[in-house]
Amino acid sequence: MAVAALEQEILSLRKHRQLYSMIGLLLLVAVLVSGYSKANEMNSGGFLQGLSKFFDYPGEIVVEAWQAGPAFFALVVHFAPAMLETLNIAGVATLLGGAIAVVLAMASTRNVDSWGPLIPVVRRMMDIMRAFPELIVALFLIFVLGSSPVPAMIAVAFHTAGALGKLFSEVNENIDRRPIEGLSACGASWLQRIRFAVMPQVAPNYLSYFLLRLEINVRASAILGFVGAGGIGQELRRTIGWGKGAGDETAAIFVLLFLTIMAIDQLSSYLRGRLVGSGRAH
Amino acid sequence: MTTDTLEPVVNLGDVWQKVRRRAWITVLAPLAVVAYLVYTWFAFDVSDLLSRAQPERAAILATDSVAYKVHVTKDFRRGEMEVAIEGERTATYDNAELPDWVTLDGKNAFVDLGDGYTVEIKGNTAYFDVPGYGMIETTATKKGVETILPEGEVPDWLKDDPRKLDARPSLDKRLQVTKTKIEIHNYFGGWENFWFPFRSPLHGQSFSQLYALALSADRLDPDYSNLWFIVHEFLGNPDWQHGDVFVALFETIMMAVLGTLTAALFGLPLAFLAARNFTPSQVLRFGTRRLFDFLRGIDMLIWSLIFIRAFGLGPLTGALAIAFTDTGSLGKLFSEALENIDNRQVEGVKATGASQIQRYRFGVIPQILPVFVSQVLYYLESNTRSATVIGALGAGGIGLLLVETMKTSRDWENTSYIIILTIVVVIAMDQTSGWLRRKLIEGRKSG
Repeated sequence: MAVAALEQEILSLRKHRQLYSMIGLLLLVAVLVSGYSKANEMNSGGFLQGLSKFFDYPGEIVVEAWQAGPAFFALVVHFAPAMLETLNIAGVATLLGGAIAVVLAMASTRNVDSWGPLIPVVRRMMDIMRAFPELIVALFLIFVLGSSPVPAMIAVAFHTAGALGKLFSEVNENIDRRPIEGLSACGASWLQRIRFAVMPQVAPNYLSYFLLRLEINVRASAILGFVGAGGIGQELRRTIGWGKGAGDETAAIFVLLFLTIMAIDQLSSYLRGRLVGSGRAH
Repeated sequence: MTTDTLEPVVNLGDVWQKVRRRAWITVLAPLAVVAYLVYTWFAFDVSDLLSRAQPERAAILATDSVAYKVHVTKDFRRGEMEVAIEGERTATYDNAELPDWVTLDGKNAFVDLGDGYTVEIKGNTAYFDVPGYGMIETTATKKGVETILPEGEVPDWLKDDPRKLDARPSLDKRLQVTKTKIEIHNYFGGWENFWFPFRSPLHGQSFSQLYALALSADRLDPDYSNLWFIVHEFLGNPDWQHGDVFVALFETIMMAVLGTLTAALFGLPLAFLAARNFTPSQVLRFGTRRLFDFLRGIDMLIWSLIFIRAFGLGPLTGALAIAFTDTGSLGKLFSEALENIDNRQVEGVKATGASQIQRYRFGVIPQILPVFVSQVLYYLESNTRSATVIGALGAGGIGLLLVETMKTSRDWENTSYIIILTIVVVIAMDQTSGWLRRKLIEGRKSG
């Protein structure tokens, strides 16, 4: 009797679940369908007309690049300094943002004995820093400082500090507290505990997140260049503004950007594999 | 003789070598970082930048974004006196209902800027009384302006030029005289005409008045009900363009949501093709993985530029750019999750005689669902931010609106309004996705 009742309940639960899944799926489909039709309506060019033109632009620049012949490679080299500038923006932003993130993370985790009242304050601060779109900070600073890589760098660093700070403090939450207790038993100060008990435990994970962020920041810096922050984005904006005839230069920038992003991705994923791999071995 | 001990044999030389290596790293790594920063200091030309920086622009921006100014203008060509908020034609005061700090008397006027600062306009001459400095007397002539200053040094806030006089003794008071007009700016705190346009019958009404109006049956406009009229007046506000701003925000959210969902829908099946334990064919696997790399590597910047060319401005363009890039990123993440699943669950399902599809449905999907949901939500969050940037590249939405209002750099309060709304939306998306993630994933764990 009890078994029958149980079966009945399982059956009804399953029905509920199926119903919820169905509703969820239907909702998803509805959002996608209505969203795309609305988006299509709001777009200045429609989807179907656009589809036929989709390969026109890539085709155009490929043809122009092909016509340029060997000079194309010279163009790629020509834009390398701009690419380097973008990489520098990302590099400095990640370094500075990462450094701030370490401080923020150490100040916002109970597990590493951060000062209690500060924890919620720093956490909210990181939430706000994360929420600030880079574009807004960059545009504001470009207005004040003038067109230069520095506004982009500061904007990216600001966001990075918040984003990495959150990830770092999550790492802090999962560490082993015994080394900290050991050190405090010897009378170590808070800074000494952080340096000798926390840092060795978290360093591999920190570095891994740091590299992941570097990848993201290279992309972000390239985009910010497009709104006037220098680097490869600005060159791209210039060549695109020239319109027809500058297709080979645009193509050269695309190729350079693509290759750099791929190279950074591969390098960072290789290094991260080694770091976290070695982290696991301990 | 054999040493039979559980302790590992430690070679003192090895230990010292390791210690020295560590010591070198702790010294060299910070040095390398510092060297890099010094290099970039010069590469970015920071010292030059700092010398060119205009911090006063930040001050102007900060004041202007929380204040508005009322222009008192005397235009010599038209020979008229005009008092208007932000100098807008749509927000000009009737000469019969001027604010009480302006007194008009035919061709002459007296403006009390507060704190003892006064401006008197007589014909083509303005007398600006600045406490602590003295009387500035400026006359607009055919050629330019003639100014008589009090004795002594000319202060920083005063720009005396034969063509233009610009005096701004404090951030909220300013007098400008050229040969064509005298213009006085008086600044007030707050956002002017934020709710309803100056000319609207609703202007200046309190919330309780509006509430009563919305419920009353006497229609202000015979064509609409009062509530609809209020909403309409609010959205159609020409200074703040609430309607346009909300549409732009909606476009941005739409880009993020559609793009992320599409990427997830295409990424998941492709991820099966890229996972070692699901696709035995090495060629297929290699091809799919390179496709992911390609989509990711092209990057949102290039995708959006290509899509803008093909589809024009709008949310569709942004959604597709996000979808293309993130199909690569999510596909890669999903395929990694698929490679790490526990095979025993799949085998268990298989042992009950399940078909291929049933094995996927009941053996695989439940294992990767938490990763799937949490990653999709993370991407949704970050794509809300990305969508603002893509918008600025020209795809539309709030990003483009922001760039445009910044470029005109006229009314900074509009810019700060858009910035505040954008941040509120991003934070809201962030919180929603965090809440959904906790609900969906932790709910699964406990249930």
